[in-house]
Amino acid sequence: MAAMQDIAAKPPARGASPPTSAKGHRHSLRRRSLVALAFLAPALFFLVVWIVYPTVYTIGRSLYDKTGARFIGIDNYKTLFTTDILTVAIRNNAVWVAIAPATVTAIGLVFAVLTERIRWSVAFKTAVFMPMAISLFAAGVIWHIMYLQNPEQGAVNAAIGGVVQVFRPPGPLSGASPSTRALTGSAAQGFTLRVPVHPGSVARLGLTAIPPQDVPKGAVAAVEPASSPGAVTGVVWRDFRPGGGKPGKVEKGELGLPGVTLRLADRTGTIVATTTSGPSGDFTFSGLAPGAYRVGISSKTFTPPFAGIPWLGTSLITPSTIIAYIWVWAGFAMVVIGAGLAAIPRDVLEAARTDGATEWQVFRRVTVPLLAPTLFTVFITMIINVLKVFDIILSIAPGSSQAAGNVIALAMWRTSFGGVNDFGLGSAIAVLLFLLVIPVLLLNVRRFRRED
Amino acid sequence: MAAVAHQAEHVAPLRVAEKRKSVAHRLTRVLSRAPLNILLLIIGVFWLVPTLGLFFTSLIVPDQISSVGWWKIFAQPSLATLENYRHVFADRSIMSALVITVFIAIGATVLPLLVGALAAYAFAWIDFPGRDWLFVGVVAAIVVPYQMALIPIFSIYNHVGLFDTVLGIVLFHTGFGLPFAIFLLRNFFVGIPKELLEAARIDGAGELRIFMRLVLPLGMPALASLTIFQFLWTWNDLLVALTFGRDTQPITVAIFTQMRQFGSNIDLIAPASFLSLAIPLVVFFAFQRYFAQGLLAGSVKS
Repeated sequence: MAAMQDIAAKPPARGASPPTSAKGHRHSLRRRSLVALAFLAPALFFLVVWIVYPTVYTIGRSLYDKTGARFIGIDNYKTLFTTDILTVAIRNNAVWVAIAPATVTAIGLVFAVLTERIRWSVAFKTAVFMPMAISLFAAGVIWHIMYLQNPEQGAVNAAIGGVVQVFRPPGPLSGASPSTRALTGSAAQGFTLRVPVHPGSVARLGLTAIPPQDVPKGAVAAVEPASSPGAVTGVVWRDFRPGGGKPGKVEKGELGLPGVTLRLADRTGTIVATTTSGPSGDFTFSGLAPGAYRVGISSKTFTPPFAGIPWLGTSLITPSTIIAYIWVWAGFAMVVIGAGLAAIPRDVLEAARTDGATEWQVFRRVTVPLLAPTLFTVFITMIINVLKVFDIILSIAPGSSQAAGNVIALAMWRTSFGGVNDFGLGSAIAVLLFLLVIPVLLLNVRRFRRED
Repeated sequence: MAAVAHQAEHVAPLRVAEKRKSVAHRLTRVLSRAPLNILLLIIGVFWLVPTLGLFFTSLIVPDQISSVGWWKIFAQPSLATLENYRHVFADRSIMSALVITVFIAIGATVLPLLVGALAAYAFAWIDFPGRDWLFVGVVAAIVVPYQMALIPIFSIYNHVGLFDTVLGIVLFHTGFGLPFAIFLLRNFFVGIPKELLEAARIDGAGELRIFMRLVLPLGMPALASLTIFQFLWTWNDLLVALTFGRDTQPITVAIFTQMRQFGSNIDLIAPASFLSLAIPLVVFFAFQRYFAQGLLAGSVKS
């Protein structure tokens, strides 16, 4: 919110020239100065004590060591650019600056233009603008909950999981593995019986590591398969019972596994038939020509369910946080750009349309150029905001990815107050941050002076 | 925002009148706009979902809150209770944090407003040597990051006993809130008709009297915008209170303290977070107009 002020740092209306009284010009000048001083004194006190003096002090302090006892020149600045934790922060801030301001401005522009064409624009603007009232800290809490990795908990992964499920449904036995070495292969390729089978023989495919709640619904006790001429019969079952049991043997108390996809390959490895197991895990490949075959369980059975994208993990934490940040600030850009849009004379746009310009041409060739100053202001404001980003990272990133999501403003606080308490290095980081905003500061001052 | 909406309304009837040729024509128009309306509806809902998600999460029964997603509430309404809120209201540290937040936000709104209005008047209507240079300094100060002052103010506060006090936090917010306050108010005050002030001066009114009787009442819209602004800004602060308070914790810091064990106590963090943003949201919805005006003041509108 602090940085919202920056938007205002554009030229104000022309300053009023003061009334000059005719008599006693010099006297009145002194009097006016005293009156002005009386009005300004409280503000000057605050500005000097809380901004001017601290700024000078911090610049000086950055040249001293941790405790302030020893002058060490630019050593803190060397540390700043060579310590891993801090270079990560600087790099992350660069990513922030490269992505967030441009995206926020672009989204704000699109929303501002589109809402002009709907009747319920006030409702839309309110919805998008609302996050501006929420603290960035609370916004971090909100998105932390959205981003939780488990699709059962995190809404983002739940939504993605819903789509993934359509294209790649999870197998019924995602965590299972063979109970004996009779089956070879892997979950990704499926498991195949080591020994070939012939028509008339039986196949036993024992699986284990299946928790009770993962046993497919409708499963009944497994039955030792009976041989049938001209067919390969078999059973796929949960080769485990309370107390253990003997691996590779269908025993009392062990359940069949229905719904498992089985495949039959001929000698060359070509799959000649597939089938699905019944309630007791039974299956039959019938009508087979004599010869050797291999029975296996298709990998489809073991497809793991969507595990969720680790949005809050170390590699994605910065992009994830930037998305949350854009969610907060898009409304700001939309409202400011919307006001700029409302100020564009309608007849300019209408004239372009009358001349046969398409809506896209009007947007590209008329609206955007006329809005350029507003877009620039929003963009600059966002750069300042992004350089100062702090609270949202503290609340969105779990402890394990705080370091990976670090930024300059946060690094300054951690170094100074987060346990290390190195005021020398902390001051140097603050000065770096200050140097980064100085171009914007000069820009604001120049624009102000040009107008005034 | 209201101003923006007003403008848009102004334009719409014109276009409608233009194209009101036939029913078929109008129908085509409605249909051609349908994709846009649907798109914006989806976006609007998308923008609301995260906040609603926090709210629904805060309602989930404590023993389920860290295992089920908030949308399960719709399938299983029995998951929703006010249990978590009962706990939050019984939690003394969260409640005292809310009170401290109120104190900080009110103090840090009133003080910069008063001090800023005085200075803004001087910048707008009293001619004194160095005025423009001083004002350039104020404009420059707007972008100075907090981080430039944290360390020295921390040392000063420790010496003078302002560390871990509401006053210390309020004073810091005042210092850093002033540049923008002065800037915004000065730009508004400058727009007050010169004749009004000159008439008052000719009538022999002193500067203080003019300020109190004329400038403050006329400057109400700007003061209102700034009040909303400053209130939301200080209510939502984390950095300042985290640095200058230990036991003096506003709600953001209190939640942050809880968060060090996030996951195990989300049943406290979710409702407390929602409470912390409920008040700014109420302020926002009640005074949205002033909020948006403050945002625009001095930038686009001037």
